[in-house]
Amino acid sequence: MSGIIGKKVGMTSIFDAEGRNIPCTVIEAGPCVVTQVRTTEKDGYEAVQLAFDEKKEKNTTEQLKGHFAKANTTPKRKLVEFKTFEDEKSLGDTVTVDLFAEGDFVDVVGTSKGKGFQGVVKRHGFGGVGGQTHGQHNRMRAPGSLGASSWPSKVFKGMRMAGRTGGARVKVQNLQILKVYAEQNLLVVSGSIPGAKGSYVIVDK
Amino acid sequence: MDLVKFVEEQAVAKKEVPAFKSGDTISVHYKIREGNKERVQIYQGVVIQRNGVGATETFTVRKMSNGVGVERIFPINSPNIEKIEVNSRGKVRRAKLFYLRALTGKAARIKSKRV
Repeated sequence: MSGIIGKKVGMTSIFDAEGRNIPCTVIEAGPCVVTQVRTTEKDGYEAVQLAFDEKKEKNTTEQLKGHFAKANTTPKRKLVEFKTFEDEKSLGDTVTVDLFAEGDFVDVVGTSKGKGFQGVVKRHGFGGVGGQTHGQHNRMRAPGSLGASSWPSKVFKGMRMAGRTGGARVKVQNLQILKVYAEQNLLVVSGSIPGAKGSYVIVDK
Repeated sequence: MDLVKFVEEQAVAKKEVPAFKSGDTISVHYKIREGNKERVQIYQGVVIQRNGVGATETFTVRKMSNGVGVERIFPINSPNIEKIEVNSRGKVRRAKLFYLRALTGKAARIKSKRV
């Protein structure tokens, strides 16, 4: 498994060979720089740390400046570790969208859009209680029973209730790469991916 | 958004279509593949809306088929559209003609424009 860091640009739709209209997402991915190589001897595990997206020198702490100087690169915004990178990488190497070919299947990881405090219907897909008629009111989006009474005399942990929704790490699997534009560092994947426009995503092969 | 536009320009082939507006009656020659055979179906009706811009623009064509209203949405750049013919220009006062859905028969007629 190897991957790349990218930024969600937006959605559009393109036509495939059969003339079907395929919804797709444009991702600006890479070029990423290898800023650290983790080894079993030194760190206890194998991984490759990639950095993406330029950042101003004045907004970078001295510690991070030193970290980027080691890899001989400019400061970057987003750092992500990838375990088990397929081919050997050494400090300062760049990873570009050339990693992917059209037709490949990838997983995309991102942070979903925050939805705020939401009820159980939106958050967990509950159906609400009862219907609109027969004299019922205010039960349409209610969660219903939380459990039995005297036994167990408590609400079980993990009971699905209302609360903060979205803003969580979400992985979408098996998205097909429809186009690769190496010059513009663009990937076009079929379907939608988590997050808002401009948010960081990880594309895993 | 310019990167999305770039992808649209690269990946979607722009089609030359005759100018038509909502209210116009058009015939869409649509390619249909059945197994290995390909044939062209002609779908004729009134354009009730044009939606979107650029590569993702679509238009909706409404017709009455055996007394039942049928609407089809076509992407304007679809490679399956062989040809679009404009049969008549309609005289309408709005861009979206959803009010036609509630009307049938004589009431659903659209005055044609003198060209």
